[in-house]
Order: sequence, then C-alpha cells, then structure tokens
Amino acid sequence: MTILVIAEHDNQTLKAATLSTIGAARALEGDIHVLVAGSDCSSAANAAVQVEGVARVLLCDAAHYAGGSAENLAELVKRLAGRYSHVLAPATAEGKNVLPRVAALCDAAQVSDVVGIESADIFVRPIYAGNALATVKSTDPIKFLTIRTTAFAAPGLGGSATVETVAAGPDLGLTQRVRRELTQSARPELGAAKIIVSGGRGLGCGENYRAMLEPLADKLGAALGASRAAVDAGFVPNDYQVGQTGKIVAPQLYIAVGISGAIQHLAGMKDSKVIVAINKDPEAPILQVADYGLVADLFEVVPALTVAA
Amino acid sequence: MKVLVPIKRVLDYNVKVRVRADGSGVDLANVKMGMNPFDEIAVEEAVRLKEAGMVSEVVAVSCGVTASAEVLRTAMAIGADRGILVQSDVDLQPLAVAKLLKAVCDREDPALVICGKQAIDDDANQTGQMLAALLDWSQATFASKVSITNGQATVVREVDGGLETLEVRLPAVITTDLRLNEPRYATLPNIMKAKKKPLDTLEPAVLGVDVTPRLSTLKVVEPPKRSGGILVSDVAQLIEKLKTEAKVI
Repeated sequence: MTILVIAEHDNQTLKAATLSTIGAARALEGDIHVLVAGSDCSSAANAAVQVEGVARVLLCDAAHYAGGSAENLAELVKRLAGRYSHVLAPATAEGKNVLPRVAALCDAAQVSDVVGIESADIFVRPIYAGNALATVKSTDPIKFLTIRTTAFAAPGLGGSATVETVAAGPDLGLTQRVRRELTQSARPELGAAKIIVSGGRGLGCGENYRAMLEPLADKLGAALGASRAAVDAGFVPNDYQVGQTGKIVAPQLYIAVGISGAIQHLAGMKDSKVIVAINKDPEAPILQVADYGLVADLFEVVPALTVAA
Repeated sequence: MKVLVPIKRVLDYNVKVRVRADGSGVDLANVKMGMNPFDEIAVEEAVRLKEAGMVSEVVAVSCGVTASAEVLRTAMAIGADRGILVQSDVDLQPLAVAKLLKAVCDREDPALVICGKQAIDDDANQTGQMLAALLDWSQATFASKVSITNGQATVVREVDGGLETLEVRLPAVITTDLRLNEPRYATLPNIMKAKKKPLDTLEPAVLGVDVTPRLSTLKVVEPPKRSGGILVSDVAQLIEKLKTEAKVI
C-alpha cells in the first residue's frame, strides 16, 4: 500500500493542514509519498522531506502550478494516482477544490472530511453539520480522502525522505488567478491556534468587534474568529468564519462572545477542548455546549476579562 | 447563453437532525424538506444574470426521488424557465450525480453551470468539481462574486486566507458560497406561474449512466455529546476556572 498526500504549501513551507494530513496517512500504515507541486517550490519540498513518516517527496516545479489552478493540478495528480492505493488532501479550501476533480477524472468516489480511519477502506465522516457520524466503506481501487485536519495529530520532524522530480503536466490554461486579497494579521492562523476568541452578532458592529475582541486576543495570543452572522453583517472578512461551511477548528480554548450558537456554528467548533460562552441571553444554545458560561453584558465583562487574563 | 442550475432536495436547515436508533441513517420520515440553501443562491445568481441580459435561459435540474419536483417548482418560482427531474430512488452519490448532470449538459449544451458548493445533508462538497472534471471544463468554486463578459467569467472566490479573483474561460462550472447573493422570496403570483412552466422527467438509464453507489454506509451514529458545563457568576470565577481547573490559560 502506498499513499499519496497532496501538499498544501506556499512554495516555501508546508501549511499546518498538510502535516495533519500526513498524520492521517500514517494511520493507513503504508509508504507515504508527498506531492509538492508549485513554482520555485524546492524549499517546501525540503520541508516535506523532514516530516516523520514520509518515504518520498515528489517535486513538480512549473510556472503553471503557481496560481493554484485546480484544473492543472488535478491533471497532474490523475497521471500519478495509478501508483497509489490512497490519495489524500486536507479538507481546506484548496483541498476541497482540487481533490473531487481528481477523483472524478479517475472515476472514483471521494470521502470528504474524514475524521476517523478504521481500516484501509473504512472511514468515518461527519454529515448533517456534524449532527451525525457516518461510517462508510469504499469499493473503489483508489481511495480519495479529504482529511479534517483537527482530527489528526501532526507528525514530528526527523524524517529523511528521498526526493523524486516528476515531470509537469500540461498547462490547460482554463483559469487564471488575477488577484489575491489575503487578510494580513500578526495573530495565529485560525486553523492552528491554541486559543480562539470568536465574536457574533451580539457585538453589534465591526468597530465594537475590534474594540472588544482584539485586545483580548492579543492578551491571550489568540486567533480571531466569527460566526456567519458577524461575517454577513460585514464586521470581519469571510476567512474569519467558523462553522459548517467555514473553518472547522478545535483549539484548546474557544471563547464565544455574543454568539448565540446556531447548529451551523457549533458544527465548526464543538470539538474544542474547552468552550467559554459569554452571552446575555440565558437561553442561547451556545451555553449548552459551553464548559463555562457567563450570562452577562459582553461590553462589561470582555474588557474586565482582558484586564484579568 | 444558457445556464444550468443543479439543485438538491434536502432536510430543511432548521430541522433538528434525528439519527435512527438502529444506526441505519438519519430519520427523514415526516420532516420538512426544501431546497439546499446553497442551490437557492445558485438559482438566484442565474436568474440575476438573466435579468441583466447576460443569459437567455435558466434550466434547473434535480436528481433524486419524485418529490424533488417540488424544489424544481421552487426554482421556477424564483425565476428558472424550466425544470428537468432525473428521477431515481437510488442513493445518488456525488460522482453519480455529476455523471447524470454531464449527460444533461451534453443534451442541453449550456455555457455555464452554477451549483451550490455543498449540500447540507451529506456535506460532501464534490459535485460541481466532479462535473467540471467530467466535462473538461474550467471550475471556480466557493464564489462570492460573479461577472460575465465576452465568453469569460470573473469570479471572486472565498479561500482560507481571504479572497482571490479568477478569470475563467467558459464553458465553466461555478459553485456558490454564502455571500454571493441573498435569494429572493418567491411571490405568490410567481409560485402560481411556476406551476405552468415545463418540467421534464428523465431516468438515469435513458441518460446511459450507471448510478450504483461506490460508498456503502455501514452505520450512522450520533456524535459524542459534550458533557454539560457550568455557569460562572463573574469574570473572576471564570479566570480562576480557566487557570486552575481547565488549565488552558
């Protein structure tokens, strides 16, 4: 059994999601190969070499892999897939974009958002916004899996994989990335943060969101998140959204401020180790999943919490 | 230019999900069903393109049980011109749906397919990407803004770090994210009008598609419940609990 992991990287370093995906691959007990496809991406390949458990790194360096084109990358992975029993990608925006395309090109199903690996062909995944867990068995010769990164631990360093250069596939020229507007922040990445301070509609506006939550996040060294309501209302950018269709997080501590706790939001954070909810409504559903609930006016208690933390 | 909009009938997003005690699945008997919310956004976007004069016809397609005709009527009440039901009682998985949709595209020859990025029942997030692969078309997933000019779409996508803009050659498959638009409410006159719009029914065999499931579900269970927490009385007690009991700060 040989497993291919499609690495997510910025040409320099591997994204944390890639490490968790390699962690999932290790649960399959086979040789693990990691594909690093990009442009001037040898640094990222060298980073993959050092990950514990990786046997081989496939390096594919070409200009037309710079823009994250799902069409070009899928074509490349399709050509490689025949050598593998499993092809894995993280269940991130990038992984979700490309892997179903590869699976369809190989006439195979995909198992999305895998949270458990029971055997080489039996996997556990959440459905209905995490309100149910399905155990599914795949009958395809190649298994395509996207991995929920919060469910698998990242392996350490100390690996010494070999590097194999693979020839680039064609540039299909179907899509062109013309602009990126990435949120600049000195705070930790949402998906990798140990503490997350998250805000909802209860904050009232973007100014309040920043005035209340940024000092608390900075004090705790936390990432900032938000409910869909706060993003829809324009308090914060889309990449802050935690939930069924946003980011799935599982930090050590999740502090939900002014978030009522719709099931779609709970789906994205209920695996956090400790949940704190601050809400003035004693009936808010978030209080039912919180380890510590504080029924109070957030505008009074959040500044006090920032001082005391 | 013709636009095809695939839509799915799912459990209403407000309904509490009940897992069957025998582990065979989720109980869908006598519960409210409706159009997948992301697909509603897709229909709305297609109809807006038509209203802007960019699109000549909007065709809604649903693959599933006979009752899926209801969501096709909803799509037509929003403004789709006609509907196609690909009727099947089989558990249609994303790859099978993508193959059915490809067969429909081969017949209908649309320049654009707009579909929801995921269905809120199986949360698979696969069908649009798979369809684009089978058609050898461009894809632009998780769209929060779409504009069309001269045989090309410009799509702003929601990605993990923020936003990115793609120029996409048509024909293409676009999948919708939440903030692409706010779907309108279907008005009563439009609901009445929708009843008279054409709705064709096809079967997978007619389209030459094998829809046999590739994944078998062995069991469905409820996720582990979080044990109930406590209410703290003030900030001081909260800090004390986080430091000494939970030891997370």
